[in-house]
Amino acid sequence: MDLSQKGFQSARTQAREAFASQGLPEVKSEEYKFTAITKKLEQRITNISLAESFEISKETVDAHVFQDFDGDVLVFANGFFQPGVSYSTSDVSVSLLSEKPDTPIGSIAKPEKDPFCAINQASFADGIFIGIPKNMQLEKPVLLLNFTKISSGQVVQPRIWIEAGDFAEATFIELTVNLTPTSNFVNKVVEIKGGASTHLHYYRLQNEGASALAISNIETDVQKDSTFSSVVISLSGEMLRNNLSQNIVGSNSEANMYGLYLLNGKTHVDNHTNVDHTVPYAESNELYKGILADYSRGVFNGKIFVRQDAQKTNAFQQNNNILLSEDAMINTKPQLEIWADDVKCSHGCTTGQLDEEALFYIQSRGIGKLQAKGLLLYAFAGEVLEHIKNESFKSYCTQLVEDRLGAKF
Amino acid sequence: MLSIKNLHASIEGTPILKGINLEVKAGEVHAIMGPNGSGKSTLASVLAGRQEYEVTEGEVTFNGKNLLDFAPEDRAREGVFLAFQYPVEIPGVSSTNFLRTAVNQVREYRGLDALDAVKFLTMMKEKMKLVEIDQKLLSRSLNEGFSGGEKKRNEIFQMAMLNPMLAILDETDSGLDIDALKIVSNGVNQLKTKDNATIMVTHYQRLLDYIVPDFVHVLYNGRIVKSGSKELALELEEKGYDWIKEAANSEVIV
Repeated sequence: MDLSQKGFQSARTQAREAFASQGLPEVKSEEYKFTAITKKLEQRITNISLAESFEISKETVDAHVFQDFDGDVLVFANGFFQPGVSYSTSDVSVSLLSEKPDTPIGSIAKPEKDPFCAINQASFADGIFIGIPKNMQLEKPVLLLNFTKISSGQVVQPRIWIEAGDFAEATFIELTVNLTPTSNFVNKVVEIKGGASTHLHYYRLQNEGASALAISNIETDVQKDSTFSSVVISLSGEMLRNNLSQNIVGSNSEANMYGLYLLNGKTHVDNHTNVDHTVPYAESNELYKGILADYSRGVFNGKIFVRQDAQKTNAFQQNNNILLSEDAMINTKPQLEIWADDVKCSHGCTTGQLDEEALFYIQSRGIGKLQAKGLLLYAFAGEVLEHIKNESFKSYCTQLVEDRLGAKF
Repeated sequence: MLSIKNLHASIEGTPILKGINLEVKAGEVHAIMGPNGSGKSTLASVLAGRQEYEVTEGEVTFNGKNLLDFAPEDRAREGVFLAFQYPVEIPGVSSTNFLRTAVNQVREYRGLDALDAVKFLTMMKEKMKLVEIDQKLLSRSLNEGFSGGEKKRNEIFQMAMLNPMLAILDETDSGLDIDALKIVSNGVNQLKTKDNATIMVTHYQRLLDYIVPDFVHVLYNGRIVKSGSKELALELEEKGYDWIKEAANSEVIV
């Protein structure tokens, strides 16, 4: 028993049992078929232990908050909250999870559904509880800035519980900075409990370098009259597995999931999404786009469940990929299970190269081939960036995407 | 300015151009007419540098340089402009940003200073009037949601912004109603100078009422079989292409 693990004994026990019955994903497991995470872990982690907290200076924090960001900054060191260098001007309440022992962790992101979710719930040290009070519409976003400093064989296990009161509105931006670029393993769980008529945005940037190994389970309950929008931008990593689930439990609501993955080298990014329409009159929109170069690998699995009672559901899903090299590969699988009969559901996926006609048109106006390609790739990627409603984060991501694609104009 | 000698070009092994000879001098307007399948658009495409076409024989000299050696972007920078028959829509690429990048790349190639945002906008507003194009259209993505007429007008607008020496208009009149045709023609006419030249590829004589050519050439089966003045166009309008085809087919081909 690790003494850094605080509280939640019964949840931990439940999680241990859940893990025991699942085990680490095997080679043929359906959910991890294209993402050999177990093999990766066996290679990297010989004697797994939890990475400890460490000191972060104000200078380090300031150096990594992106330009023009104006909002709350919550700082974490290896998943441990650092109140000393964090700042918040809003009425958002931040406590350690151990200070809120009644928090029903595991009730939204259930440990039975994913082995890594179970591992986190069994062995996380402490987590954070973020509360947005009823009727509070946060004008400024909250930046969750996590610094990692890990030795080989260690794991960072952040755990976040966000709870929004009725009529609350908030934007969360999640950024991880890896201070030891050659070694990295993060296993994170984020549970977001929406209230009625809440409007939440959750944005993530994954750019921790070519050795990053990260698994995340982010799950939310979307209540009536609410909206939840998620955008994940993945730019680098060795192997990233993003499990994102939205459970629509209230009518007249909207659940949106957007993702952009720009992969090069041997980067492997796997986005598994899930939207569950359990009630009628709700809408979900999903758009994931990928540009894959070199030997990179992308995986997309988008599940949509429309339960029997969920009449008048509108569920749309689209996954578009551009392959820039012969060795890049995408495995994409839409998965729709529809039990209601009065619904509108569509899915589409495309995989191709750049449009030659468009390329020639741009070149014929005097723009060089490389830049023409960059322009087209940027146009492709731009559609996802449009869904980031926070201007400073959108500019930051746009700049990174432009740099990567050589599309400066 | 432009000298095409014995140009042969194929696509996927099928010969389309079978020996084109054409001389275009500064200040001239040439019309290339011909029945469908004669190779008119192929000629325009080969001059602009489309990769699908393979030049199997002959040469094209532009201002003393071998045009066929240049990549499409360099042909544009050298001063060749193709107004597309079917301008493609490119969602996500802003018209204005695209044009500013193009204009500045061409200027850089020619040793001119890049235009800053203000100067560029001023130039844009001036040229927009030429083809009566609405600012609203330009704030959108390139050609996205444009009607046929708007697309063609946008081609001439781009031409005005890029100021080429040789403009090749590939069936610019196709799909246009008379009003759009007048606007496009007016734009082209206003851009004509004694230093630049225009080649119009067209099937119908109608365009030539508005943009009056100095020379009319008839392309049939990959060759220019007849050349004349603008009266030739009127003759074609009256008689159709059959008499040209018969005359061409009855020639002994060595």
